[in-house]
Amino acid sequence: MKNKNIDSIIELSNELRWQIGDDFHDNLTEGIYADAAQIVADTVKVDSSKKRFRLDRQIDKIVTSKTFGFPIMFLILATVLWLTIIGANYPSSLLAQLLLDNVHPILKSGAAAINMPWWLDGFLIDGVYLAVAWVIAVMLPPMAIFFPMFTLLEDFGYLPRVAFNLDSLFRKSGAHGKQALTMTMGFGCNAAGVVATRIIDSPRERLIAIITNNFSLCNGRWPTQILIATIFIGAVVPSAFSSLISLIAVICIAVLGMGFMFGTSWALSKTLLEGQVSTFNLELPPYRPPRFWKTIYTSLIDRTMIVLWRAIVFAAPAGAVIWLISNVYIGNESVAAWTIHSLDGFGFLLGLNGVILLAYIVAIPANEIVIPTILMLTVSVTGIAGGAGAGVMFELDSVNATGDILRAGGWTLLTAVNLMLFSLLHNPCSTTIYTIYKETKSAKWTIFASIMPVILGFIVTFLVAQIWRIIF
Amino acid sequence: METKVKSACDTCTHFNADGLKKMGIQTDNVDFVIALAGNPNTGKSTVFNALTGLRQHTGNWPGKTVTRAEGGFEYNKQKYKLVDLPGTYSLLSTSEDEAAARDFILFGKPDVTVIVADANRLERNLNLVLQILEITDKAVLCLNLMDEAKRNHITIDERTLSRDLGIPVVATSARFSEGIIELIHTINEVANGHIICKPHRIKNIPSNIENAVKTLSVEIEKEFPNIPNSRWIAFRLLEGDTEIINALRAGELV
Repeated sequence: MKNKNIDSIIELSNELRWQIGDDFHDNLTEGIYADAAQIVADTVKVDSSKKRFRLDRQIDKIVTSKTFGFPIMFLILATVLWLTIIGANYPSSLLAQLLLDNVHPILKSGAAAINMPWWLDGFLIDGVYLAVAWVIAVMLPPMAIFFPMFTLLEDFGYLPRVAFNLDSLFRKSGAHGKQALTMTMGFGCNAAGVVATRIIDSPRERLIAIITNNFSLCNGRWPTQILIATIFIGAVVPSAFSSLISLIAVICIAVLGMGFMFGTSWALSKTLLEGQVSTFNLELPPYRPPRFWKTIYTSLIDRTMIVLWRAIVFAAPAGAVIWLISNVYIGNESVAAWTIHSLDGFGFLLGLNGVILLAYIVAIPANEIVIPTILMLTVSVTGIAGGAGAGVMFELDSVNATGDILRAGGWTLLTAVNLMLFSLLHNPCSTTIYTIYKETKSAKWTIFASIMPVILGFIVTFLVAQIWRIIF
Repeated sequence: METKVKSACDTCTHFNADGLKKMGIQTDNVDFVIALAGNPNTGKSTVFNALTGLRQHTGNWPGKTVTRAEGGFEYNKQKYKLVDLPGTYSLLSTSEDEAAARDFILFGKPDVTVIVADANRLERNLNLVLQILEITDKAVLCLNLMDEAKRNHITIDERTLSRDLGIPVVATSARFSEGIIELIHTINEVANGHIICKPHRIKNIPSNIENAVKTLSVEIEKEFPNIPNSRWIAFRLLEGDTEIINALRAGELV
């Protein structure tokens, strides 16, 4: 009975729809706007006698201009990175000193005092504890500087201007202009960038944005880039210029990543994800002076601490795995050494080495621990003195000490350049992969988004290595 | 969070500032569900944070909130759950964020819908406000960013606006926690039925459409007496919205 009535209502609506014609939607929209205009006319007064200097408009004229838009963008990026690189040094070494030089020996002697078996002591203190300590010392300072600055820019209202500047590039590559926003979020964290793609309506363009988000250097990879650039690329020039040159190198990698993002978007929109570019309107919100201390506080608590916690959660088991593979022997070689030697040949082709490849396998859960893993594995394979034993991360008082170890492990400028490239071009971390699956609900696209960057990374590092070896 | 004595409401006997408790993410056994809707970048998340004491990340760009955030507060011993919806310009199209916002207001049946509007761009914001008022008859307009409006020399006659829209209007500057206490008080009044809204219905429609809408909504009301949004359902049926047709068949609209 009830269903019958509902059917008749629907039938009536179908009938009426024929009678009122095609203009219904437009008429309704016009009606709403007419009502709104009427209400506003009765209630809103704008005092136009006051001379209104629109600071917003003046700023926008400059930051979105054809001439200055891009230089200003790079200048801001460079300033943020420079402050991060310079500012992070001191607290980093302080933390390293505290956690590695002071706390670690105390833990070791404590373990010895209670007669902890050597394997448990190694597993917990040399594996788990040192990995966590390393991640805190290396990651916390740059994050605590980078995130608040990024959040201040975000609160100020600069991000939509970036989207505005980049819009034409995205359109040319067949992608959605709002991808600029998700890309920028990716500079903080790729998983967050992938979630942010929900602002893109078209499924085709959203998929492009999801797949290419990994080309935004995420916060787990900035420290790697900065450290390697400082050790190897900064060392090529006189020390007065070294921080400038390392900064330029890191920016080049970030910009290269954006290049790959445009290139891949373009290739996808011409092949697998062919289709029209959809139009959208982007509101440039007014600039709002950020509430400085509140922003600093929330970004420290919400962003920095959450990301750091995640890094710690993943670093702890990874530290354990590293210790295990270095201490479990097959014949007279440890599992780590055996894997590294079998990966060395392939690594050489790519201008990398077996240690780096194994480190990237161990570090799939979190990009943050690539460098500590590489260092530890290098020491255990080359048998440099100074390490406290197989599979043990050790104190690194300075960037120089890190450089010495890597050079002893056979690293050259080529290894460093290719590591930076491979750090840009490899599979997303497991959190991002899981997020991609949750957002796309497609195993096919998740696998594609995970494998494609690695293949690109192999191709690029291979080409660079071959050309490098021909020239030098 | 401190509650400074700032407004007349603080000293009013009807208002009990001690009765306000921010409950963060605790949203068990709530008495009322409140939806927070509005255009992108009008400060919904800031209002959300001010009410719940949470620190949902805010950012000055449209489209920041893509997931639905929930939080709670307690006022005069009644518990409220607050749902921060994604910002949308309209409810008439079919993108994911608009559908999410519309579905919650329609199917989630919030006890009060707080519509956050940018006082500087009221005319454009009213587009969404008028659409929401067709769906629900328990709403409060939160006229936010009043500090910026003042700087832009914009004055709004809130009393007339409230009369025209048929719902209470509260002016706020959520970034500076101004007007939040009044907002909570008004939400409380509407939720408890002390304020009865008579929401504005869209008027400037050609007569042939208006007649069709009337005919259809009379039929809908016959079938579902006491339905608050028969006119809006009529609009959607005339538009041929399959989701609404299915919902009607499944009886999800009452």
